[in-house]
Amino acid sequence: MTEHADPLNIWPQVKTVGLAGIIVTFSGVLSESANRAAIAFRAAVVALEWSEVEESNSTLVSTFLRIDLSRHRPEPIIERLQDLIARQDWLSAPLPSGRTLWRVPTLFGTDRAPQLAEAAELAGRSVENAITELSTTTMRVLTIGFAPGQPYLGTLPDHWNIPRQTNITPSVPAGSLVTAVSQFCLFPFDTPTGWRHVGATGFLSFRPNSEHPFPLSPGDEMIFDPVSESEFSWIEAHDQTGNGGAQIEELT
Amino acid sequence: MSAALIVRSIGPAAAIQDLGRAGFMSSGLTRGGASDPTALYEGAALLGHAPTSAALEMVGIGGSFEATADTRIALTGAVMDASIAGSTVQWNASHLLPAGSVLTIGTARRGNFGYLHVGNGFDTPKYLGTRGSHLSAGLGRLVEVGDQLDTCTDTSTDVGLHLVPEQRLDGGKIRFVRSMQSDKFDAPTFTRFTQTEFRRDPRGNRQGIRMDFDGDGFKANGQLNIVSEVIIAGDIQITGDGTPFVLMHECQTTGGYPRIGTILPADLSKVSQAPVGSKFTFELLTFDEGAAVQTRANAVLDKLRKMVKPLLRDVSTIQDLLSYQLISGVVSATASPLDEGNKL
Repeated sequence: MTEHADPLNIWPQVKTVGLAGIIVTFSGVLSESANRAAIAFRAAVVALEWSEVEESNSTLVSTFLRIDLSRHRPEPIIERLQDLIARQDWLSAPLPSGRTLWRVPTLFGTDRAPQLAEAAELAGRSVENAITELSTTTMRVLTIGFAPGQPYLGTLPDHWNIPRQTNITPSVPAGSLVTAVSQFCLFPFDTPTGWRHVGATGFLSFRPNSEHPFPLSPGDEMIFDPVSESEFSWIEAHDQTGNGGAQIEELT
Repeated sequence: MSAALIVRSIGPAAAIQDLGRAGFMSSGLTRGGASDPTALYEGAALLGHAPTSAALEMVGIGGSFEATADTRIALTGAVMDASIAGSTVQWNASHLLPAGSVLTIGTARRGNFGYLHVGNGFDTPKYLGTRGSHLSAGLGRLVEVGDQLDTCTDTSTDVGLHLVPEQRLDGGKIRFVRSMQSDKFDAPTFTRFTQTEFRRDPRGNRQGIRMDFDGDGFKANGQLNIVSEVIIAGDIQITGDGTPFVLMHECQTTGGYPRIGTILPADLSKVSQAPVGSKFTFELLTFDEGAAVQTRANAVLDKLRKMVKPLLRDVSTIQDLLSYQLISGVVSATASPLDEGNKL
């Protein structure tokens, strides 16, 4: 009996997105390798400087190229993309260079991040163990989205695959570190959310009046170093940059 | 001192808008910009400036504006009552707003988003390179009473022109093409979707507009297991209960609900301008048909300046009166064409 290949299960997939562009998707589910492929493939396309590409983006598992398809036929561009896809195994591609590691001072728990205990219990950890795990896992900026500059960070160990809460918290403040589904988000604005609020930081991921309004890029790494309430207060009182006392290292 | 319009009164949701800011998608910021970009092209054609110039977008209700210097203005988009120093002025036209006089703009009679343009555009502060407000991202703010809206230097004196706008204020047929997640919807769902009459729901904002309808919801295969993916303005997103939302210019950059397709940019202003309750149907075009329609629409926008005609105000100023078709069809030979007002 012949086995029929399901065309929906062959990866990567290259598709048009309305008349707005072309997307290359590396997997139907979020994985570390598919996210890395999306980031690496975007960097490779950007380096080629194709004149049709107005801007590009990497989402959780895809590279998107904005191209006005009412002005450019998609077929020749898709052909060039297929050539680029065939050039290497993108799922094992290294992350591009020029990334940054951010070590962000974080106040875990207390009344500034009141859902740490609840999140720890759902993950089956004591509060102390939870702080250790949340603050020692190097997290990757998987993608930026939802709000300007807002990173989705992955991924925590499997037992942190905790669901979003059914009730939305009406507002958590800008700089809040929240968790669900083995990920963190770091909010640029006061935000309603179904993710649990486990840490407070002074890190602003959107700085509209700065020369560099978007400090983070997909592929950057973040570590959330625990600090005491008094250290955190000092940072809040003194930081003018929006970095919230973060230490910055270039990754090569 | 540069020239400006002083805001004497203003509706609740007016903001400076332009064609938005591209290039920040990877940073989580969508392009944003005017809800009816065609109206910006029309204003630019009437005043002879670039379509990237900034205009004032007024939602449902206008305001009153006093000029500090002689200022050329144009009015486009949703049709609103307008007067200068108490005298009615025509919509979809350019006019002189003399120094010290007040332009008054009332409520929208048709459509939602009306635009006030000034010659060469407003010279308001830029955020991330351009003047358009992106309210959900906190860039810019709503215009308030007492604001002084500076205008760019304008050396032209051409006013008294009008343009017959492209019809887009009453809903109707909306053309769309397939997108990256369309194959998650089966053929019967597509058939039912394109045969259903939708109504614009009151739930809508600059990020998205809900489509109301009778009957069962529309479902994607594996709806709950879709990884969040890039959003494009014009995407028709199907939410968990099977209701379509059309995602608009200020939408988020990514989203987890499946998209059945993407509305052509040429038809998106029809969605934003349609008042609550307006009826819509969605027509699926092939990719090639959609690209051809959009190419033609782009060409129309590029040629708008050639469509601008002098405004008829006083028969004595009309040089070539005989070239105007004053008597035709249902218009009575004895009626004054000047009584036709907005129908000119």
